[in-house]
Amino acid sequence: MSIVKRNSKLPATAGALAALTAMPALADWSRLNMPKGVSELSREIYDMHMIMVWICLGIAVVTFGAMILAMIRFRKSKGAVADTKLLHNARLEAAWTLVPTIILIAMAIPSVDKLIKIEDMSGSRLTVKVTGYQWYWQYEYLGKGVSFYSRLARTSDLARQRGSGIDPNTVENYLLEVDKPLVVPTGTKIRLLLTANDVIHAWWVPDFGMKRDAIPGFMNEMWISVDADKPGTYRGKCAELCGADHGFMPIVVVAMPPAEFEAWLAQQMATE
Amino acid sequence: MAHGNEAAGHGDHHGPPKGFTRWLTTTNHKDIGTMYLVFSLTMFLISGLFAMLIRAELFQPGLQLVDPGFYNQLTTMHALIMVFGAVMPATVGLANWMVPLQIGAADMALPRMNLFSFWLLFFAFMLLISTLFVPGGAPASGWTLYPPLVLQTGNAFPMAVFAIHLMGASSIMGAINIIVTIVNMRAPGMTLLKMPLFSWSWLITAYLLIAVMPVFAGGVTMLLTDYYFHTSFFNAAGGGDPVLFQHVFWFFGHPEVYIMILPAFGIISEIIPTFSRKPIFGYEAMVYAIASIGFLSFIVWAHHMFTVGMPLAGQLFFTLSTMLIAVPTGVKIFNWTATMWRGSISFEPPMLFALAFLFLFTIGGFSGLMVAIVPADFQYHDTYFVVAHFHYVLVPGAVFAIMAAVYYWLPKWTGHMYDMTIAKWHFWLTAIFVNVLFFPQHFLGLAGMQRRIPDYPTQFTDWNMVSSIGGFGFGLSQLLFVWLIIRCVKGGERATAGVWDWPHGLEWTVPSPAPYHTFEKAPELH
Ligand code: HEM
Ligand SMILES: [Cu+2]
Ligand SMILES: [Cu+2]
Repeated sequence: MSIVKRNSKLPATAGALAALTAMPALADWSRLNMPKGVSELSREIYDMHMIMVWICLGIAVVTFGAMILAMIRFRKSKGAVADTKLLHNARLEAAWTLVPTIILIAMAIPSVDKLIKIEDMSGSRLTVKVTGYQWYWQYEYLGKGVSFYSRLARTSDLARQRGSGIDPNTVENYLLEVDKPLVVPTGTKIRLLLTANDVIHAWWVPDFGMKRDAIPGFMNEMWISVDADKPGTYRGKCAELCGADHGFMPIVVVAMPPAEFEAWLAQQMATE
Repeated sequence: MAHGNEAAGHGDHHGPPKGFTRWLTTTNHKDIGTMYLVFSLTMFLISGLFAMLIRAELFQPGLQLVDPGFYNQLTTMHALIMVFGAVMPATVGLANWMVPLQIGAADMALPRMNLFSFWLLFFAFMLLISTLFVPGGAPASGWTLYPPLVLQTGNAFPMAVFAIHLMGASSIMGAINIIVTIVNMRAPGMTLLKMPLFSWSWLITAYLLIAVMPVFAGGVTMLLTDYYFHTSFFNAAGGGDPVLFQHVFWFFGHPEVYIMILPAFGIISEIIPTFSRKPIFGYEAMVYAIASIGFLSFIVWAHHMFTVGMPLAGQLFFTLSTMLIAVPTGVKIFNWTATMWRGSISFEPPMLFALAFLFLFTIGGFSGLMVAIVPADFQYHDTYFVVAHFHYVLVPGAVFAIMAAVYYWLPKWTGHMYDMTIAKWHFWLTAIFVNVLFFPQHFLGLAGMQRRIPDYPTQFTDWNMVSSIGGFGFGLSQLLFVWLIIRCVKGGERATAGVWDWPHGLEWTVPSPAPYHTFEKAPELH
C-alpha cells in the first residue's frame, strides 16, 4: 500500500521527545518499590513480591523477545513472504498451555504457609480494638481501660483546605500525622480487632505488610508485630473509600521497647 | 420504511430516509452501529474530560481545583461512563456493523429491538449524567457502589440505580440479538468453526452479558430497597451483611471486565492475520481459549475482596482460579505471536494499535498475576498499583483494540481512506503518552499511595506530575483521532472493496462503503 509510506519516522521521533519530558523524576529511585517493612511478615511479602517481579520480567523477556524478533525478521518491507501453511503445531501449543499452568501454580504455592501464618492469631500479648469512623480512628486497649481517638493533625488539616494558601511541602509529614498515635511495644505480637461505626474503612500501614477492612457490624482480625530492634514511628492511611475525607484519615503507630510501652500504658491508665 | 426492501440487490442508491428521522427510526444494523460508535466516542470524550480534571487535581499535593466530595463524584462518573458508556457501546457498535457482514447475514435478527437497545442506553446516560446537577451531586462511592457508603448518596441515588437498570436491559437485549443473529443467520456453509474470531468473541461475550447483568440489576435493586423500604440486605444492624453486596457486585464485575476485553481479543485476532498476510495460528485453540476464559471468569470474583477477611480456603481457591485464567490468556498471546511468525508484516495504523495492544495488554496481565497472589495483594490492594493494572488492561487493552478496529474498518464504513500521516501521529502520541500516564502509577502504588484520594503526602509528588503530564498528552492526542474520523467521513481517496493488501473474510467482498443493504441473498462460501 503506497499511501502508508510517507512520513513514517516523524511521529515516532516526536513521541520519543514527548517521553523525555518525563525524565526529571527518574532521579529518585528509592520511591519505586514496595517497602521491606519492619516485621517478619512484611519482609516475606516483600520477597514474594520481588520473586513475582522477576518471574514476570523473565516471561516478558521471552514473549516480548519473540514478538520483537517476529516484527524484525518477518517484515514485508524486508521482502518476507508469508508461510500460509503455518497454522498449527500441536506440540508447541501443548507446551505453551502446560508450561504456564505449572509456572502459575508454582507461583501460588508459597502463598499457603504465609496465609496460614497470617490467619494464626495465637500468641498475641496485646489486643487493640480499632474502630473506623468518618473520618478518624478509635483505638481501645482491651482489658486496660485505655481508649482514645486519633485524627488528622491540625497542621495538615489547615494546609489541605482548598485555597488555604499553605504549601503542603512546608508541612512536616503532610497528611501522615495524627493528634494522638497508636502506641505499641516492639517484638510483640499484637492482635487488632477491626470494625467500623458507619461505612467500611481499611487499616493499613505498609511497613507492617498487611491491610484489612474495618466493616460496620462485623469484627475482623489481623496481627502485627514490629521487630524488637526497630522502634520508631510508622505511618499509613485508610485504604478503603469511605467518603469525602477518605484521603484524610491517617494512621500513625509509634513502636517502643516493651518497658517504655508499659510505662506509657501505666501513665495512660492513670489519666483515664 | 427501512424495511422497504425493494432496494434488494441494487445497492445503495435506494438509501435510507434523509435527515434526523433516519436516526430515530432506522432499524438498519449499519445505522445503529454508527449511532453506537458515535455515542461511544462522545462518552469517551466526556469521561476523558473528567479524567483530565482528576489528573489536574492530582498534579501537585494540596487541593487546588475541586473539593474532596466532588473529586469522588468525578472518579465514580469517570469509571461508570468509561465502562458502560464508552467501551461497551463501542464493542456493541462494532458488533452491529461487523457481525452481519462477517457471517453473511442481511441484518441483525431483531432489528427493532436493536434500535430500542440503543435508545435505552442513550436515556440511561442522560439520566446518569444529569445526577451531577441534582442536590447532593452524583454518586461518589466509586463505580463499585459499596454499601453502606453508597447509601449516603443524595437524590442521585435512585436515578443512578434506574440508569443501571436501563443500561442493563439495553445490554441484555443487545446480547440476545447478537446470539440469535449468530445462531440463526449465518450464511449457508458458515459453520461455527469457520466463523471469524471477532464474531466468536462476541457470541461468548453475549452469554456473559446475559448471565451477569441481571445479577448486577438485582444487587442495585437490593440497595434501593435498603435505601427506601428499610430492608436490611446489607445492613448489619438488621441482620444483613455489607460484604454480601461485594460478592454480588464482583460476581457481575469480574465477568464484566471480560465483557470489555473479549471483543478486543476478537478484534486483534482479525487484524494481526491481515497485516501478517497469513491466517490466524491455532484458530480452534483461540475459540476454546475465549470459551474457557468466559467460563473461568465466573469463579474468580472474590480476588477483588481479599482484604474483607475470608476463610483461608476461600483465599487459596480464588488465588488459584485467577492464576488459571492466565493460561488461556497466555495461549492467545502466544498464538498471536505465532501468527506473525513467518508472516509478511506491514505496519499500517490498525496493526500498530494491535501490536501496542499485544505488548501493553501483556504488561497489564503481569500486574494482574501479581495482584492475584493473595498475601502480596494485602499490600497492593486499593493502591495505585491496582489503578495502573486495570488501566493497562482497559486503555492500551480494550481502548487500543477499539481504535485498531476503527482504523481497520473505517474505510469499509465510509468508503474513503483516512489520512495515514495523522493516523500515525495519533498512534505514536497515544502509545507513548499512555505509558507516561500509567506506568509511574505502579511506582506510586508500591510506594504506598492508596487510590481514590484527591490529595497525597508530598513524597508522591514527582510521579503524580509525570502521570498528569502523560494524561494531558494522552487526552489532547485523542483530538487528532476525532479530527481524522470527521475528515474521513467527509471525503478522501476512494477505498477499494478489499481495502487492505490481504483482506480475508466476507466483509471485504462487499464494496466500500458497504451498501445500505448487504447479503440480502446469502453469499457463496468457498
Ligand atoms: C483518558 C485516559 C484515562 C485517564 C487519564 C484516567 C484516569 C483515572 C484516574 C486518575 C482514576 C482515579 C483512580 C483512583 O483514584 O482510584 C481513574 C479511575 C478509573 N478509571 Fe480511568 N482513566 C482513563 C481512562 C479510562 C478508561 C478508558 C477506562 C475504562 C474503560 C477507565 C476506567 C477506570 C475505572 C474503572 C476507574 C476506577 C474508578 C473507581 O475507583 O471507582 N479509565 N481513572
Ligand atoms: Cu477511607
Ligand atoms: Cu476481577
